[in-house]
Amino acid sequence: MIAVYSEADAELPFVTESDEAVLIGPAPAAKSYLDADAILAAAERTGAEAIHPGYGFLAENAAFATKVIDAGLTWIGPPPDAIEQMGDKISARNLMASAGVPVAHGTAEPVIDADQAVAEAARIGYPVMIKAAAGGGGIGMNVAPDPDALRAGYETTRSRAERFFGSTSILIERFIATARHVEVQILGLADGRVIALGERDCSAQRRHQKLAEETPSPGVDDQLRDGMLAAAIRAGEAVGYRGAGTVECLVDAETGEFMFLEMNTRLQVEHPVTEMVTGIDLVEQQLLIADGADVSFDPGELRPAGHALELRVYAEDSVRFLPSPGTITRWQEPSGPGVRVDAGYTEGNVVTPHYDPLLAKLVTHGADRDEALARMRAAVAAFVVAGPKTNLAFHAELLDSAEFASGKYDTGVVSRLRP
Amino acid sequence: MTEIRAEMVANVWKVVAAEGDAVADGDTLVILESMKMEIPVLAEAAGKISRLAVAEGDVIQEGDLIAVIE
Repeated sequence: MIAVYSEADAELPFVTESDEAVLIGPAPAAKSYLDADAILAAAERTGAEAIHPGYGFLAENAAFATKVIDAGLTWIGPPPDAIEQMGDKISARNLMASAGVPVAHGTAEPVIDADQAVAEAARIGYPVMIKAAAGGGGIGMNVAPDPDALRAGYETTRSRAERFFGSTSILIERFIATARHVEVQILGLADGRVIALGERDCSAQRRHQKLAEETPSPGVDDQLRDGMLAAAIRAGEAVGYRGAGTVECLVDAETGEFMFLEMNTRLQVEHPVTEMVTGIDLVEQQLLIADGADVSFDPGELRPAGHALELRVYAEDSVRFLPSPGTITRWQEPSGPGVRVDAGYTEGNVVTPHYDPLLAKLVTHGADRDEALARMRAAVAAFVVAGPKTNLAFHAELLDSAEFASGKYDTGVVSRLRP
Repeated sequence: MTEIRAEMVANVWKVVAAEGDAVADGDTLVILESMKMEIPVLAEAAGKISRLAVAEGDVIQEGDLIAVIE
């Protein structure tokens, strides 16, 4: 296993624990982790046979996937045209609608200016969500309850879309005020079949970014689950999907209807909760599928067991969720039955301001939700991090809140705890 | 005189105000970027900016001077 790294990350465990590591550039991502040629040069120099893109930076970049394949290497990911089709939220919406996957009321073409946005919103109905068609990670998303807010929000989204994604293509969708964010893990097998490995509930979010995930979703009954899994399989089949992918949906908490949000054509941060209940190593399946081999389990014998939770431990304060880079002076992970920690840092590492604030993923599994929750409360209390501020104190509060503990929460749960 | 200092390590993404500008309490002076988040730095008092100590692209440390308002 060969890692590539920037100057900012030289001391991190993913570098020091790899068999071999190659420095590909300075801290700014544009000059290192987003530099396709530097990564391919590192692969050539070390004799690497395949490239796994992880889940950030170039993981959903069709041009990079094509370059990897053209260089004669194995791309551990979906076909570049599947990435391309799902990468633009407008084309993905239209494709899903034609495959029989429910989508939210919205625009089927890019919205070119604020006047057109107001005209479209009159047809769709307020409140609306303004999104960058090429966007991701919640960046540039704005909710508008009325035409004035829509005009202002349109300009904000457009400028962010240009800055972060290099595209000013904008779409507008009906905003569902009380919704759960539920996604389905799919695997496109080497023989062409697409299977679904269950759902994950990711409704606990701040700034449209996930803080906590769990499976099964407390807001999804068997009938809804069957419908969502079948739709996710159709979504994958529609683009000839291979490898691990996730179909993200919104579930309207009032009507119980679900609608397609977007597809992530890569492994996701929260994949461990699916691994904990299925006993399947998703990265292993990615490697097998990329190699053209059968997966390690019998898809007909898939029986998820128990309940799993994941909390994202971020280097940010627990009150305002502001970034808190710095040197980690103490790092003590919890352990015990059903406890898993996937950490990117350890004691003595420096958390820099250059990248995402994710320090570690804290995961627990139990026979049922109550046991998984009890184990998570104990694990949060036992996780010691000194140096950067972390959101562990917030997580303790979230677990103890009546709303989260009951399972009857929606995407507004974090903002109700931090108005 | 009010000194505005950085609350955290960050990159200076945008400088919105300039030396000599008159600002009101709460006006945005500069926008920092840290961990993929934009963080506006606001004037903590009304007055005139006598010094603006950062430029776009600078990396600043916690406690570094950003601006002085007279």
